[in-house]
Amino acid sequence: MISQLTIFLQNKEGRLASACRTIGDAGVSMRSLCIADTRDFGVARIICDTPKKACDTLTEAGFRASLVPVVAVKLGDQPGSLAALLEMLDEKGMNVEYGYCFSSDGECAIDVLKISDEAVEVVLKEAGYQVLAPADLYVED
Amino acid sequence: MSVIFQPEYETMPQEELRSLQTERLKKLVHYVYERIPFYKEAFDNAGITPDDVQSLDDLTKLPFTTKQDLRDAYPFKMFAVPQDEVRRIHCSSGTTGTATVVGYTERDLRVWGDCFGRFITSADCGKGDIIQIAYGYGLFTGGLGAHEGATSVGAICLPMSSGNTKRQVQLMKDFGVSVLACTPSYALLIADTAIEMGYDPAKDFPIKAGILGAEPCSEGMRRDIERKLGIQVHDIYGLSEIMGPGVACECECQNGLHVCEDHFIAEIVDPDTFEPVPDGEWGELVITTLSKECSPLIRYRTRDITRIVTGECECGRTFRRIDRIQGRTDDMMILRGVNVFPSQIEEVMMSFPEIAAQYQLILTRKGPLDYVELQVETVPDFPFDEIRRLEKLKKDLGDALKSNLQIKVDVRIVEPKTIARSEGKAKRIVDLRNKED
Repeated sequence: MISQLTIFLQNKEGRLASACRTIGDAGVSMRSLCIADTRDFGVARIICDTPKKACDTLTEAGFRASLVPVVAVKLGDQPGSLAALLEMLDEKGMNVEYGYCFSSDGECAIDVLKISDEAVEVVLKEAGYQVLAPADLYVED
Repeated sequence: MSVIFQPEYETMPQEELRSLQTERLKKLVHYVYERIPFYKEAFDNAGITPDDVQSLDDLTKLPFTTKQDLRDAYPFKMFAVPQDEVRRIHCSSGTTGTATVVGYTERDLRVWGDCFGRFITSADCGKGDIIQIAYGYGLFTGGLGAHEGATSVGAICLPMSSGNTKRQVQLMKDFGVSVLACTPSYALLIADTAIEMGYDPAKDFPIKAGILGAEPCSEGMRRDIERKLGIQVHDIYGLSEIMGPGVACECECQNGLHVCEDHFIAEIVDPDTFEPVPDGEWGELVITTLSKECSPLIRYRTRDITRIVTGECECGRTFRRIDRIQGRTDDMMILRGVNVFPSQIEEVMMSFPEIAAQYQLILTRKGPLDYVELQVETVPDFPFDEIRRLEKLKKDLGDALKSNLQIKVDVRIVEPKTIARSEGKAKRIVDLRNKED
């Protein structure tokens, strides 16, 4: 499991900018950012180089931020690879809460999945997937 | 069972208490008739003479006094004593009109201290114990009223006033404070600040009781404060026009607030017809002061909604009890034609442990309809990463409000600390319905 930084944001102008500025000023570098939004609030999910520092900095600045365990899988960057992964998880009865992908270079993609079942890493490894460890993505501070 | 401060009054048999009240009332009507032109005129207009009052039942013949009457008497027209007998003046903030001014003679101050002191004693606080007074000191009656009470029982007074919350926490811990006296919303802020500072006041601090008043406090909020600070909360009631805090207060049984009946008569009337209602029914609290020298009042309409709690209290005090204030006739909101008290919203909110105690209700108008938005915060450890959970919380709270209040409330979850924390009375309702767009 890796630590994803999650920030609760009100739908109000400048809140995302302010959150980004706060971690930017703390020297945190983001690998990926995705936002889920509803009518009156949004949730920003971030993979960054120093998640704990980022979370502490935001909390101190008055944001509601937390670290959430998610699983990150490295896949070949080709058509159908995510579909195959999801089909496998489906067969094993693993419910995906949400997910997103980012690509680190031209050859492979990293898929981040939120799955509550703790057995997910074992299942993925047994199926031959490359599951990333924290050290693969960021500094464990 | 805790100690009783003035058992000769507090446990006086009902019959004796009624005859004490009758004697004092008979004196009072003569006193105000002779000394305060407003009352002479009011009695004359009602066709009543002081001699017409011979029993407690005759009280209902007397005219009411309203807040507007006190405003009209600004500044000293309602004082019943010459100025050289006045020792102190308190007045309301006047934010909603001319301030109402109340004077105290030396004896008035002593009575005030005794009334408040009775409840400090019921909170098991006396000589050698520290009472931290975090009500504002000044024209507001909270700070100095609690101070009089502490002095009266001989407790050690820590006159903090409100504000400087981290220091409040630090001294509460370092000095080993026994009792905290302030508004409930400030007590909650102190508790949350202590927790933020890394303490567990319920375990780490010896504090055992809070005497909290000056604003309504739902049962849920009370339990929240009690759990966080590890204390028993005594709800205290009073209003500056009458005296300040100490008119009535809960004893250790927490089942209604004992009215200091040797000094006050409490009546409950229907807020529309002004006719007395039977014991146990809700209505507006009306108070007559029996022993005040400087600013006595006949049948003052408090605008607070409560009821008489019937039956005897296990603590042994014979003073009748009023229930905790349900709301005010003037902060009763009419939302889409339905009467709603803020306390009802608080009760619903408190049944959701995922929701923090602070909230704000924003009232606007969309076309001809009232639009009600409730802004709340989640508790810090709520799993907000999952939108599903947030949406479910919003929906469940909205449904609960709808079924309890009969109106649609739009719940909005906001970021922490966007709802202003208060050091005095909390601003819970923002009514923008009559604002021009």
